[in-house]
Amino acid sequence: MLNYTIRRLLISIPTLLFISLVIFLLLDLAPGDPMSSIPLTVPPEVKEKMREALGLGEPVHIRFLNWLYQFFVVEPQVAWDHLFGTDFAEGKQRIISFQSRSPVMTVVAERMPQTLWVVGLSYVIGILIALPIGIISAYKQYSWFDQIGTFISMIGFSIPTFFSGVLLIVVFSVILQWFPSIYDTTHTVTDWGSFWYQVKQMIMPVSVLALYNAAQISRFMRASMLDNLNQDYVRTARAKGMSEKVVVLSHVLRNSMIPVVTVIALGVPTIFGGAIITEQVFQVNGLGQMLITAIYASDAPMVQTLTFIFAVLIVLFNLIADILYGILDPRIRYD
Amino acid sequence: MLDDPKVSKILVEVRDLKMHFPIHAGVLKKRVGEVKAVDGISFDIYEGETLGLVGESGCGKSTVGRAILRLYDITEGSVKIDGIEIGHTPQPDLRTMRPTMQMVFQDPQASLNPRMSVSAIIGEPLDEHTKMSKTEKRAKVMDLMDQVGLNRDFANRYPHEFSGGQRQRIGIARALALNPKFIVCDEPIAALDVSIQAQVVNLLEDLQGEHGLTYLFISHDLSMVRHIADRVAVMYLGRVVELASREQLYAAPKHPYTQALLSAVPEPDPWIEDKIERVILQGDVPSPANPPKGCNFCTRCPQVMEICKTDEPPTFEIAPGHVTACHLYSATNTESVS
Repeated sequence: MLNYTIRRLLISIPTLLFISLVIFLLLDLAPGDPMSSIPLTVPPEVKEKMREALGLGEPVHIRFLNWLYQFFVVEPQVAWDHLFGTDFAEGKQRIISFQSRSPVMTVVAERMPQTLWVVGLSYVIGILIALPIGIISAYKQYSWFDQIGTFISMIGFSIPTFFSGVLLIVVFSVILQWFPSIYDTTHTVTDWGSFWYQVKQMIMPVSVLALYNAAQISRFMRASMLDNLNQDYVRTARAKGMSEKVVVLSHVLRNSMIPVVTVIALGVPTIFGGAIITEQVFQVNGLGQMLITAIYASDAPMVQTLTFIFAVLIVLFNLIADILYGILDPRIRYD
Repeated sequence: MLDDPKVSKILVEVRDLKMHFPIHAGVLKKRVGEVKAVDGISFDIYEGETLGLVGESGCGKSTVGRAILRLYDITEGSVKIDGIEIGHTPQPDLRTMRPTMQMVFQDPQASLNPRMSVSAIIGEPLDEHTKMSKTEKRAKVMDLMDQVGLNRDFANRYPHEFSGGQRQRIGIARALALNPKFIVCDEPIAALDVSIQAQVVNLLEDLQGEHGLTYLFISHDLSMVRHIADRVAVMYLGRVVELASREQLYAAPKHPYTQALLSAVPEPDPWIEDKIERVILQGDVPSPANPPKGCNFCTRCPQVMEICKTDEPPTFEIAPGHVTACHLYSATNTESVS
């Protein structure tokens, strides 16, 4: 397993380099100009100067290599300096956002907590809801519980978050006025009152996303449980005289978790990607929203860096899912 | 393997066992009928003997085995094991009785949990039904593995790492773990190749001798049943058509179905093989959802009579311990035992 992991990690290096190249070229070829929001009164020569100041005067390959150097050497050094108080990155050029002229990584670090809190929490809640629903639905297939569970999953699947999000805002913010319609990122939790406010502003975005996640995972869980409930070894377990609880939770559930765990692991990178639409609807200042604004502003370094981080996470969690598969299922051997 | 089964105690008593599976159809999933997988069968199994249960695919053999152990909720009838009626005991109460009655399943691959190691599979019933310490359990598992001829070093391996024969040994060790009195062997050799079949059957016989086990041996392999069984019951479409001692049944089959079935056994000698007159049955087995009126076999019976198409045949005891359900014998012997 260790050899396999190391091998996979080594393979992922050229993969990621290639991905970064593709992203870079795509962004370079894409229409859009970081100068487009500069007033027309600014003369073209000045604009040209500004463009050069952003480093856009260099040819593509130089810019790409520059970015690689900044991402893989300078930024880790900055992080190291920040953690241990050293000064390796002293005076070196970091990846700078075209919009804010501040280092991209600093902005990412600022935005990350909001996204992780809102989207991550919704993912965790979604899983916690989905697993019991999937298990009970499968165990009591075609019961009223299963029918209602299926119905709710279909709603979660088919209603897009920009609709359910707005619907919740209309009902709970406008009509009932229970929750604020906009997520206040600057809010800090200092006492019970402010904590309660934080909870209130998180309820709506979290529940919109949790419904969406739960719908998917509960379907996977149900299907996987149904697959296993009819297996012969379940009958064996009953013939052994094991209690129903042991049969379902220890025999069936453990075997059913194999595909579900993989699905859950593969879904984790999307948390970091943020829920772009939901973050927009509730004005959560997260990574998803940052990506959208960066795309609008043709902020190539920001888009490049963010997209690449997502790519790294996806490759990483693919590997984690594969390793989990090997751990959970003794039939799978990687060596 | 006792000399005279008649004198020993009845361990399993099955009376009028019926197992009907409902058929649901239509938009509202209304119950439109039932598959009569097992339709009123009765027999006894004496302590220490092996009762063979034969019949073609789909005749309800496996259903009988599972219904007797109450892996299904039976439709009707009574099942007594070791003097205790379990026919309609609710499932949770049955759990405490499971140690007495165990089952060896047909498909050794599918019937073992792929995520449990061999020692966990064999030892799990001990966790549930005994209060052994960890070391005692470990010792017991090792002892069981020795008994079925599995290398002790394999204890921490997983089922997929074994061959078919070894897996079936795991299944047998698992069934033995709680010292059962009665084991249903549901086609334990059907999934194995011939060289391994003999090993497994001999293992089952050895274990029977050692532990005084009682088997219900379900199989469609007539020669294997002849080898292992003391008495043989022949099933056709959910009913037992003939039940006799092995010698009686193989020497002088009475029911036309048994005759047809036995005549299908291939003969190793090609000279004799050429001269055998086989009883070839015409047509297919009727659907158990819609069995024919009268005798279940009347649609294919070479000696069918008028009465067969209207009246269900009662069971006649034509010789001591030899019963058959066929109208052919109503004239010779009017004494009905059912």
